[in-house]
Amino acid sequence: MAMTMHVDIVSAEHELFSGTAEVVIAPAVRGEVGIYPRHTQMITPLKPGEVRITKQGGEEESIYVSGGILEVQPHVVTILSDTAVRAHDLDEAAAMEAQKRAEQALKDKTGDMEEAEALAQLAEAAAQIHLIQKLRGKK
Amino acid sequence: MASGKEVRTKIKSIQNTQKITKAMEMVAASKMRKAQDRMAASRPYSDKMRQVIHHLAFAHTEYKHPYLLERDEVKRVGYIIISTDRGLCGGLNTNEFKAVLKSVIEWSDQGVEVDYCTIGTKAAGFFKRMKGDIVSQAGHLGDAPSVNDLIGSVKVMLDAYNEGKIDRLYVAYNEFVNTMTQEPRVNQLLPVISIKEEDELKHHWDYIYEPDAKDVLDGLMVRYIESLVYQGVTENVACEMAARMIAMKAATDNAGELINDLQLVYNKARQAAITQEISEIVSGAAAV
Repeated sequence: MAMTMHVDIVSAEHELFSGTAEVVIAPAVRGEVGIYPRHTQMITPLKPGEVRITKQGGEEESIYVSGGILEVQPHVVTILSDTAVRAHDLDEAAAMEAQKRAEQALKDKTGDMEEAEALAQLAEAAAQIHLIQKLRGKK
Repeated sequence: MASGKEVRTKIKSIQNTQKITKAMEMVAASKMRKAQDRMAASRPYSDKMRQVIHHLAFAHTEYKHPYLLERDEVKRVGYIIISTDRGLCGGLNTNEFKAVLKSVIEWSDQGVEVDYCTIGTKAAGFFKRMKGDIVSQAGHLGDAPSVNDLIGSVKVMLDAYNEGKIDRLYVAYNEFVNTMTQEPRVNQLLPVISIKEEDELKHHWDYIYEPDAKDVLDGLMVRYIESLVYQGVTENVACEMAARMIAMKAATDNAGELINDLQLVYNKARQAAITQEISEIVSGAAAV
């Protein structure tokens, strides 16, 4: 029988996979990595892409992750998956937006939350458009 | 004594209120179950994350991340305050804000200034009224908050920490103990408090870092902090629902009691009116 290791794929919002596997292939930032049991300890960020798992018995399963971190121990592989598409610009936009909301709320003495909300939604929409354009550009 | 009609309209209106509170109680109960599931679902991620950080903190890394190092002097501290968006949930927010203020006063007595990051509209309102320095804000996360909604606010605080604007970061939320009890918590996020020192000797190995230790650790630390904040948010949602359920149950019970009392008053008034009518008829008949 082939050697196996324990694989956990978790995101902050839910558990995606947990079980034993023979091979895990993951999209690391420096190119795809294939992890077999008894691999040395390693830690690397992941790109958005497909994680392929060959489960015990040879059955294959593939899971999409939008980036994250891969941690390898000799008999345990853990993938901490991001829940969202992360890009530096996008994080920046979200940060700016949060700051803007605070500033806006302080300015509005009457507590005009509706306008702040509208502005926040505008910023959110703008950020999403930005990302979509970026993703299209890549393709 | 109030007339029968007056009492009857009052009973009607209380019954309507009772219907609403009853409905809110049931909605909160069903939402609480979902919130608890979500809370449980976010646990494995932060547990795993903690394990990895634990390994990293004691593995022989050539690079010590600034989040792991204690700063000698504290000039300014940051608070991430997680509250609910809506009220009608008993003393949940008030208790939390009290706990935060207690901690803030300890710092301000030492001449340390405080920055706030508020998550949820109740905290935003409260700390605005307190004339607190709110540097970032998030609200209207709904019942199923996602990590996405938090990234921005958390990043503002992390950037402030990186730039040395704040030297310590706390997160405040309500911990879900059980349906009846919610405990306000104020936990230190940064610098990361190292976990169990005695395990240090066991870890004589280090990871292979790809591309290098700094990048990996940077990404990891940001996600770790985010996951802690996210967990706080999910717990707070569960607390909100539980507290609302309890508050609405109490309101429904109180309305029931009030209706019973009023019913008694109404019956007495009705009886008195009938007695009076009979005596009037009898005395009228006697006069004829």
